[in-house]
Amino acid sequence: MTTPREFKYVGTRPIRHDGVDKVTGRASYGADVVWPGMLHGFVLRSPHAHARIVSIDTRAAEATPGVKAVLTGKDLPETTATIALGEAAIDLRDVGDNMLARTKVLYHGHAVAAVAATTIDIAREAAEKIQVVYEVLEPVTGIDRAIAADAPILHPALRTKGAASPGAAGPTNIASRLEFKRGDVDAAFAEADVVVEREFRTPMVHQGYIEPHACIARCGEDGRAVVWCTTQGPFVVRDACAAIAGLDPAHVKVIPSEIGGGFGGKIVVYLEPMAIALSRKAQRPVKMVMGRDEVFRATGPTSGSRVRVKLGAKRDGTLVAATASLWYEAGAYRGSPVGAGAMCALAAYKIPSFFIEAHDVVVNKPKVAAYRAPGSPIAAFAVESVVDEIARELKMDPIELRLKNANAEGDKAPYGPKYGPIGLKQILEAARNHPHWTSPLAANQGRGIAVGFWFNAGMNSSATVILDTDGSAAVVTGNPDIGGTRAAQAIMVAEELGIPVERVRPGVGDTDGSGYTDLTGGSRVCYATGMAVIRAAEDVRDQLKARAAQIWNVAVDAVGWENGRAIPPAGTEKAEAMTVAGLAAKMAHTGGPIVGRASLYAPMAGPAFGAHICDLEVDSETGQSKVVRYTVFQDVGRAVHPGYVEGQMQGGAAQGIGWALNEEYIYDADGVMENAGFLDYRMPVASDLPMIDTVIIEVPNPLHPYGVRGVGEVPIVPPLAAVANAMRDATGIRFTELPLSPPRVLEAIEAASAVSVGA
Amino acid sequence: MTKLHIETTINGEPREFLCDSHETLLSALRNGLGLTGTKEGCATGDCGACSILLDGRLVPACLVLAPEAQGRAVTTIEGLSSGDALHPLQQKFLEHAALQCGVCTPGFIVAAKALLDAKRNPSEDETRYWLAGNLCRCTGYDKIIRAVLDAASEMKESAI
Amino acid sequence: MATVHLPSGLTQYTGGVETIDIDAARVPELIAALGHRFPQIAEQLGEMAVAIDGEIYQDPGYQLLRADSDVHLVPRIAGG
Repeated sequence: MTTPREFKYVGTRPIRHDGVDKVTGRASYGADVVWPGMLHGFVLRSPHAHARIVSIDTRAAEATPGVKAVLTGKDLPETTATIALGEAAIDLRDVGDNMLARTKVLYHGHAVAAVAATTIDIAREAAEKIQVVYEVLEPVTGIDRAIAADAPILHPALRTKGAASPGAAGPTNIASRLEFKRGDVDAAFAEADVVVEREFRTPMVHQGYIEPHACIARCGEDGRAVVWCTTQGPFVVRDACAAIAGLDPAHVKVIPSEIGGGFGGKIVVYLEPMAIALSRKAQRPVKMVMGRDEVFRATGPTSGSRVRVKLGAKRDGTLVAATASLWYEAGAYRGSPVGAGAMCALAAYKIPSFFIEAHDVVVNKPKVAAYRAPGSPIAAFAVESVVDEIARELKMDPIELRLKNANAEGDKAPYGPKYGPIGLKQILEAARNHPHWTSPLAANQGRGIAVGFWFNAGMNSSATVILDTDGSAAVVTGNPDIGGTRAAQAIMVAEELGIPVERVRPGVGDTDGSGYTDLTGGSRVCYATGMAVIRAAEDVRDQLKARAAQIWNVAVDAVGWENGRAIPPAGTEKAEAMTVAGLAAKMAHTGGPIVGRASLYAPMAGPAFGAHICDLEVDSETGQSKVVRYTVFQDVGRAVHPGYVEGQMQGGAAQGIGWALNEEYIYDADGVMENAGFLDYRMPVASDLPMIDTVIIEVPNPLHPYGVRGVGEVPIVPPLAAVANAMRDATGIRFTELPLSPPRVLEAIEAASAVSVGA
Repeated sequence: MTKLHIETTINGEPREFLCDSHETLLSALRNGLGLTGTKEGCATGDCGACSILLDGRLVPACLVLAPEAQGRAVTTIEGLSSGDALHPLQQKFLEHAALQCGVCTPGFIVAAKALLDAKRNPSEDETRYWLAGNLCRCTGYDKIIRAVLDAASEMKESAI
Repeated sequence: MATVHLPSGLTQYTGGVETIDIDAARVPELIAALGHRFPQIAEQLGEMAVAIDGEIYQDPGYQLLRADSDVHLVPRIAGG
């Protein structure tokens, strides 16, 4: 057992280095730049959810004064490239088709052409002159229709991949099927004293980042392109742009702007290759900015779903058997997060026998993208609701029931490997001991609890730490700062070099200015990129020790390091400990500038669990409900900047509460989204929420030098069920379909009271 | 198309600009005048990212036509700090970690300034309802509300 | 010999085999040996993440295996 390290800067709350720019309006986001001579791009989108493109006539648009370029799918090469990015590696042919349809439109709002003109008004008016002839097809607007025997087929070549259902062959809308199983499920259910089975549905929901997608690109006669854009992954954008626009990746540079939210939705390209292709035609820079309705209709929300869960337990609360059948909408192209949903569904519990099947279903809706712990919240909504029902059947405290079955270090995860140190029991104990759990509820209020799980990613990261002659340092990585990671990286450099956080300048490099780094997402930045930052700072420290050895004329190995100072070996004559600043001042005379660097490929971080307690007050006259108290417990491994760790926990909870209570894509029978704006797509506002209390639990992740686990994704997993369980507690009604919006709740309350009156 | 010539006051300075009759004030600020601190999140008045003060009144700039600025006084986020000192709201947003991505932050700070101009000592509830026209998707509002209440109490103390 | 646990959902293609011992120094050798033994799932194996002694590598590359490594093949996961 090693003694826990004592930190000087880790765990403190310095003011973020990019903060002043962001509170004064000076920070530049995707739409904030102007390049000389730039044109404005506008996208023409499909009015149909499912149709074959018969012809596109762009002549009238091209003839419009001020129009400099018009683009259709035919102008872009077909690519077969893929980018490995987790589940269903990004198939760039699909991404290209999704960005600009070639032969078929697969959802309302699917792009069919783009125009670049001297003003946005001219571009818009010219786009409206483009004649597109469609052969309209029946839209597939949901899972039930998609898997019906007579369903229209979106992709004639699509065949089910993976563990096929018996008899499945031929064209289908089921893109893949996965199974996970352990033990003899039938026998295990036969031994259960209590069995609960329910089917759940959730609608498509959007990440809801406030900044719409935006970019500006220029592509010269030499085929070299520069793109400025708002993205979570500049290197992903570079590689996707090159493949889709038909350029050599060596000739594409991507400069990430400040990013106004992403939550997984700003990884895939929707505009950038189009802007490059338009710029290549026009030989002028092209700026493209989405409107909010385009963001809703044509970017990547997360799946609508149907999930059936059955759990069996012994009288004493021991869970003995489970089945889960998950069906997730992928949208127009394969690749929903259903596999992750299946792996997360039972991750919290020791269940000896289970069977899980997962289906990825294509429908005529926008192609889903990652959204914070992709796939996990939907699965947790179903499983945690059923766990709550089991607790009710057994008249057992729901935390005790969860504690009794909670996985711990050494237990086998449902997806195979054994868990390392995990904090599930610790968060549940913290929740049980928290005053919130035992505080009294007022009339019309209910309380719910749920837990959630996420893996936390690793992957590729690079970092450079540059020492300056005054002893200050810059740190550069390739991860756009979406929520305070610059501050965390500065803290890490300060910790390793022993210089004040304020003397560290954290920066985000472009694709030529930093080593390859995977995207800002998967809760990986503080963990994986943080590890690269720590190693790069260690590299600087090692070089400083070598410089000190030179100055003292001693062996490098003999030089010590303490509190940001090089320590001479005992008995060295006239040698005194030297600070970073002292050594930095002598760099030019001891070998020149000092730059530390590190690159690494990290395994996935230790997985993390969270538990949320929700108190809900329900107005039975209107069906309206309000969260009146909410507490988030989460094992984060190590909180580097606790202010931003709490912020992730609070923000994820708020997004999950919105998913539970109000948010949904509403479609008409033709597959047209009816609420593509913030007025009708109702995200939580300040008056909807109480303060969100946070309890940070730190069970260090052994894979990271400080124990960081990653924090951003777990907090969106528990709220759906925590809210639904609170609703059950308040109203006596088990809701199995989200959102718990006033009309749905009111209808259920009235139906229940009609039944009780009738009885 | 003939452009309209508008004379207005922005952040205390007289400014002139040309605009189309149908152009929004948000577009004129961002594109014509280079004041990109005011953000566009929806262009339909639902998100508050383009909050500005027009003659001291809180409005979303996307719902104001640029010609309406004629002879009026416009305050944007760029006009809040004075000299080298941040406005107390800006300072408190930093201290409370009340921003993550930061794109809604200018709108929140302008809207909160309007609140504190109208009411020196708002309650948490009043603050939440006043800011209900501003969407933040990162923070869950907790730290934003704390920052505004802290700024209010500090400004009240320094006013005494 | 590394002990390899096949994805539980694919055992319909492995004649019910769930666990197999394979002598391999690095991940590519292991995947090749598995693909040779179970050609029906060879293509899918190359697209999976690999957990080596509990640590999950999304893209396992040339990761080294210990003589007694416990290896699980699991689907890759996308993050947000």
